[in-house]
Amino acid sequence: MTAAEIGRGLRAGKFTSIEVTRHFLERIDHAGKQLNAFITVTPERAMADAKRADARIARGEGGPLTGVPLAHKDIFCTEGVLTSCGSRMLSNFVSPYDATVVERLAVAGMVMLGKTNMDEFAMGSSNETSWYGPVRNPWDGSKVPGGSSGGSAAAVAARLAPVATGTDTGGSIRQPGALTGLTGFKPTYGRVSRYGMVAFASSLDQAGVLAQSAEDAALVLGLMAGHDARDSTSVAVPVPDYAAGLGRSMKGLRIGVIREFFGEGLEEGTGRAVRTALEGFSAMGATIVELSLPNLPLSVPTYYVVAPAECSSNLSRFDGVRFGHRCKDPRDLLDMYKRSRGEGFGAEVKRRIMTGTYVLSAGYYDAYYLKAQKVRSLINEDFRRAFSEVDVLMGPTTPTPAFAIGAKVDDPITMYLNDIYTIGANLAGLPAVSVPCGLVDGLPVGLQIIGPHFAEERLLAAAHAWQLMTDWHRRLPPLFA
Amino acid sequence: MTLTRRDVEGIAMLARLEISEAELPVYAISLSRIVGFFDQLSAAATEGVEPMAHPLENQVQALRDDQITESDQRDRYQGNAPLVAAGLYLVPKVIE
Repeated sequence: MTAAEIGRGLRAGKFTSIEVTRHFLERIDHAGKQLNAFITVTPERAMADAKRADARIARGEGGPLTGVPLAHKDIFCTEGVLTSCGSRMLSNFVSPYDATVVERLAVAGMVMLGKTNMDEFAMGSSNETSWYGPVRNPWDGSKVPGGSSGGSAAAVAARLAPVATGTDTGGSIRQPGALTGLTGFKPTYGRVSRYGMVAFASSLDQAGVLAQSAEDAALVLGLMAGHDARDSTSVAVPVPDYAAGLGRSMKGLRIGVIREFFGEGLEEGTGRAVRTALEGFSAMGATIVELSLPNLPLSVPTYYVVAPAECSSNLSRFDGVRFGHRCKDPRDLLDMYKRSRGEGFGAEVKRRIMTGTYVLSAGYYDAYYLKAQKVRSLINEDFRRAFSEVDVLMGPTTPTPAFAIGAKVDDPITMYLNDIYTIGANLAGLPAVSVPCGLVDGLPVGLQIIGPHFAEERLLAAAHAWQLMTDWHRRLPPLFA
Repeated sequence: MTLTRRDVEGIAMLARLEISEAELPVYAISLSRIVGFFDQLSAAATEGVEPMAHPLENQVQALRDDQITESDQRDRYQGNAPLVAAGLYLVPKVIE
């Protein structure tokens, strides 16, 4: 059942939030360990939330998701609950406050089941960099679920939670969404508050949702989005009723197909599934034109300069002084900083901190960091030009279906190239969604839809229209059906 | 661009990261590959192009009235600190 369906059932009195919550806690209990999808499960909190939600529903109060359980990516601060960000560094951090996203969804009456596993500090595309171990893909336990929101994706795909939050800095919602058969929605930069969301790359980070359907994504996003004075980059643009906009016709929608996304590196079955989806939109009355975004192939090197630069700055706060891991018996202050950070961070995080430190250092700043920021402008301009001709852009979310655990861990560049189709939207701050569009050898693949700033409604309507004519989003991993 | 073991030591020092002797050559190899990968960027013609630091245009830094909005929660926040005494964060001695 989708989150929306659970919400309708709760309001119709078919079952209670306590019953639904118990059902998901049991599923987590049975399958959670096998998938390693959760870092922390919060059964007491969940049952207390559910009890309150049932009381609200009984009084005829609350909204469409009151009493519906959800899981939070462990990057969101949750008061009184471990917030580890997948890192040894924060493996002892009990947040003293709630992130805005957590707070808003709680106020709406959603029930928190727990905190999901993730790549350490959201740095990874396979959920293999977590200090808590890799997450397994419910469709095939030997494969990765994608990352960095891999625990959220695995949890929803295996129906251990009806819906989950995620964050997307370079594809971390859309890519795991595609690899696990989910609707993964990344809103416009600034649409959702970043307050209480552990920072990775502040000009790219954005919170979003991993859901079973476009309708669920619309409902959750509607609750998460909106201005927050506690995040200076949060925008004061009114939040439309996303669910109300779902029924829009695809007739006359101008779809641009990004030529650069269909070149070398795209696995054949994935390409075929995406092309079939495009034909589906054409059959619904949309017009399809092929477009070129010539600077887009440079998005991977651009991102892997900009994001590590911002990460090296953001992660300097972890110093072993105020919170987080501190090494044993430091000789002096410098030794404490170096060993606390050396022990607290994993290999990929250290690699990115050092990459960022290098590109920002004297003598290299102009050649790498400034250059990457200029190429970022060119990529942004490519998107702007494209959106003067079309309403949305479409293409694959990932070049291949899920790959084997361990297959790419030794080669950072190969791993980084997984993000080749998703990074562009982050660099330009655009909203984008991945929707399931087929199975290749039993593994899901995703269609990516990218829109101009604040075109969330348009993307959700397109995703919903696609889901009305297909059932890929209703397919379950055979082991969890 | 090839980074030496010494380069990695220098970067690690700037980043305040302890990297073991055994790890230094491993990072030297992977960082060299990553930085080499960045050379693709030199192919882009960026003369006269403004660097882009932020994805949203026309965003101005929000200001608010200079009023106290938060209460003192020091003890609560220090609950996560590795070592505190009398409301102070303790670190190894800095001045002998």
